[in-house]
Amino acid sequence: MNFVLIFLITIFSLSLFFYGRSKTKSISIEKNIKLNALPKFYGYYLVLWCSIPSLVFLLIWTLFEPVIIKSIIIETAANQGAIFNDKNEANLIYEKIKAIYAGTYFGDIDTILKESALSYAKFINLFTNSKIVLIFAIVIASVIYSLKKIKNNNKARDDVEVILKGLLFASSLIAILTTLGIIFSLLFESIKFFSVINIFDYLFGTNWSPQRAFVRDASAITAEEYDELKDAFGFIPLIAGTSFIAFIAMLVAVPIGLFSGIYMAEYASVKIRRISKPIIEILAGIPTVVYGFFAALTVGPFFRQIGENLGLTVSSESALAAGLIMGIMIIPYVSSLSDDVINSVPQSLRDGSYAVGATKSETIKKVVIPAALPGIIGSVLLAVSRAIGETMIVVMAAGLAANLTINPLESTTTITTQIVMILVGDQEFDSPKTQSAFALGLTLFIATLVLNYIAQRAVKKYREKYD
Amino acid sequence: MTKEERLKKRHSAEKRFRFYGLASIFVALLFVLILVHNIFSKGSSAFMKTAINVEVFFDQELLEIKNDASDDEILEADFFDITIESLIKVYPAKNVEEEDAIIELFTTDAEIEIKRAFLENNNLIGKKINLEITASDDIDQLHKGNYPRDIPEDRRRISDFQLVIYDNLVENQKIVKNFNNYFFKNGDSRDPELAGIGGALIGSFYSIIICLLLAFPVAVLASIYLEEFAPKNKITDFIEININNLAAVPSIVYGLLALQILLATIQLPRSTPLVAGITLALMTLPRIIIPCRASLKAVPPSIREGALAVGASKFQSVFHHVVPLALPGTLSGTIIGLAQALGETAPLILIGMVAFVVDIPSTPIDPSSSLPVQVYLWSESAERGFVEKTSATIMMLLSFLIVMNFLAVYLRQKFEKRWN
Repeated sequence: MNFVLIFLITIFSLSLFFYGRSKTKSISIEKNIKLNALPKFYGYYLVLWCSIPSLVFLLIWTLFEPVIIKSIIIETAANQGAIFNDKNEANLIYEKIKAIYAGTYFGDIDTILKESALSYAKFINLFTNSKIVLIFAIVIASVIYSLKKIKNNNKARDDVEVILKGLLFASSLIAILTTLGIIFSLLFESIKFFSVINIFDYLFGTNWSPQRAFVRDASAITAEEYDELKDAFGFIPLIAGTSFIAFIAMLVAVPIGLFSGIYMAEYASVKIRRISKPIIEILAGIPTVVYGFFAALTVGPFFRQIGENLGLTVSSESALAAGLIMGIMIIPYVSSLSDDVINSVPQSLRDGSYAVGATKSETIKKVVIPAALPGIIGSVLLAVSRAIGETMIVVMAAGLAANLTINPLESTTTITTQIVMILVGDQEFDSPKTQSAFALGLTLFIATLVLNYIAQRAVKKYREKYD
Repeated sequence: MTKEERLKKRHSAEKRFRFYGLASIFVALLFVLILVHNIFSKGSSAFMKTAINVEVFFDQELLEIKNDASDDEILEADFFDITIESLIKVYPAKNVEEEDAIIELFTTDAEIEIKRAFLENNNLIGKKINLEITASDDIDQLHKGNYPRDIPEDRRRISDFQLVIYDNLVENQKIVKNFNNYFFKNGDSRDPELAGIGGALIGSFYSIIICLLLAFPVAVLASIYLEEFAPKNKITDFIEININNLAAVPSIVYGLLALQILLATIQLPRSTPLVAGITLALMTLPRIIIPCRASLKAVPPSIREGALAVGASKFQSVFHHVVPLALPGTLSGTIIGLAQALGETAPLILIGMVAFVVDIPSTPIDPSSSLPVQVYLWSESAERGFVEKTSATIMMLLSFLIVMNFLAVYLRQKFEKRWN
């Protein structure tokens, strides 16, 4: 239906373009007046007026129609005596009703279901019909309005440009909408989670095992149940594991990245730079799932083998393997950023250092790096925020159980791994377990935001200093 | 310490420092090599499959179909007996256990392959033909040399008896290696020899196309606004801060967003390329806007002023002159953004693309997988055959990424104007 409507609107708009163009041409000839814009702009004007209001209306309608119909149907079903204890059962009944309507339901149909399906059909019809009528009304109204305008020889180009500018502005607003969407979707579930689990129990709990958390009725949790629950949602092991793996990654990425950045900025000939820079950046372009596969199937078992030979017990999902591979993934972020930062240190500082007899490496160590330090710290912080938000490597190569450990040979888990583990497969609605994933997401979002903010401030301050 | 000694020390420190730098670059390069070598050496064998030459006799008594049966009737017909009869003739078996062992050498789809051959050739009833039936995963891996023979029998998936048959078949040149069309044609399967990336390819294709259709226009329009029209005020600043932050948000957060807004609130169908495309578009948008703005910024103001001077409106100067000049940079930024989206896994896992999907999706609203998710799914499987398939999928994924990145570089170098 929607496709037909969109198609009709498109066709109608296009024909209006040609109509508007020729109409204004003929008006100008007949009445011998000078048009205020090129004829094609009158065409554009009609097209925009015909399509934008109706398409926006159609979009909003399509987004809200299923939600509204669902609430109406569930309410009428409840009035007719259908019993559902929670949202899950209501959803189930609604799915059944939809299946009956579509003719794909083969279970028993009782009277309530039958009545509901009939009213569902009625409402679908009603909504579809009113949608069509309203859209036609909108198209006709806006076309009449715009036709009247162009007959009065309006300044069509200016009007078109105002509308287009609005369109441009609307596109850039999508960034804000996405941020709002992220914040709301994370907050919405997190608030539900924190209404069950005290935020301090979450932040300072030392035990994470959401698979144990069974809640019969989230609205009435007894004190004993709560004691058990709060024991399942302690954030400390996750942040510890995440930071630990990120720390190992930085141990790999910072020296290698920094040294290669320095080499490329200060020593490398143009030729070496032209070859090695893109190759290092390949590391950033490889999908993280590839690193995860490599870490889980090659590096993990390899370390385990070495450990066995040395008489150590190494988990095949050791923090070391995940951290090492993550570090390699991050090398290009550190190297290219610090390369940029070092390049923007003014040459005069170096020349001053050479003038008093320092060697190149002494200049780098004593002058260039201290001068570039805020920028370098900024790039390291950006790399840290990449590391804690990285998902696939740790999902595939790090452990699933939350161990509070600082032994890199044991397995530990991370925030992102737990989000994936909780949300993969069947999710229970409204259970603290599912909601905890969103609380974790919110924590992650805030952490990366803060890190990025500090990093960007540092880099910006540094740039301003030498600009 | 004399002056000379000190100088010597300082010079050797210089050399050391320089060496560290070179060594770091070398380590990074070495890792690229190890990774690529590892993937290629594991994955390249997946493009061939092992088949066993079998003589199939289409016995009319066993088939129970008429000479002039239609295609539909043949599809319905039972080829099971014929299949079993043909397969066990490969090697003389003494008892039922041995017959079962022989049948295990072949894929579970042997019956379908025989039926397909029957459909493709006319009038095979009562005739004998030689068919190359796909071998089971274990034989496939054995033949490719990935499977150790010298471990004790109870730790092997292939029995001693099966090894004897295998050796006999090799001796009689009954075992052949063919191009593995299943790998490209089939959807996912529990049997490694039948599993393919057909479904994942289509799923990835639809997702990326939807991502492109949504993200590209919005990103270009938004960058034009911010670069050319936006007044310097708080709203503009706020939008810019938002875009920079969004580019740094971990991809998994977009998965949570999609789960909550697209799946739970708007109720779009789960596991579909449509949802994947929208999610990836939201994620890619800021990553495309940043290079788009850079390439708009690179167009010198004289172009705009020239257009304005001959009476063009602001819009005409931007859309007729600035945008076409910035287009190569814009396109290459978009392609790089899409390449990132193509390799993105975490958000797709959250929106349910990890479901086991056998069917090839025909529309963007059919449940489907995607290439990186297929890598994740198969990497969890223990069979050696899936390791090979996973590596081969990574090879496909990497080659797409390489092509896209080269295209981006080419577009930029070929068409971008340099202003100096």
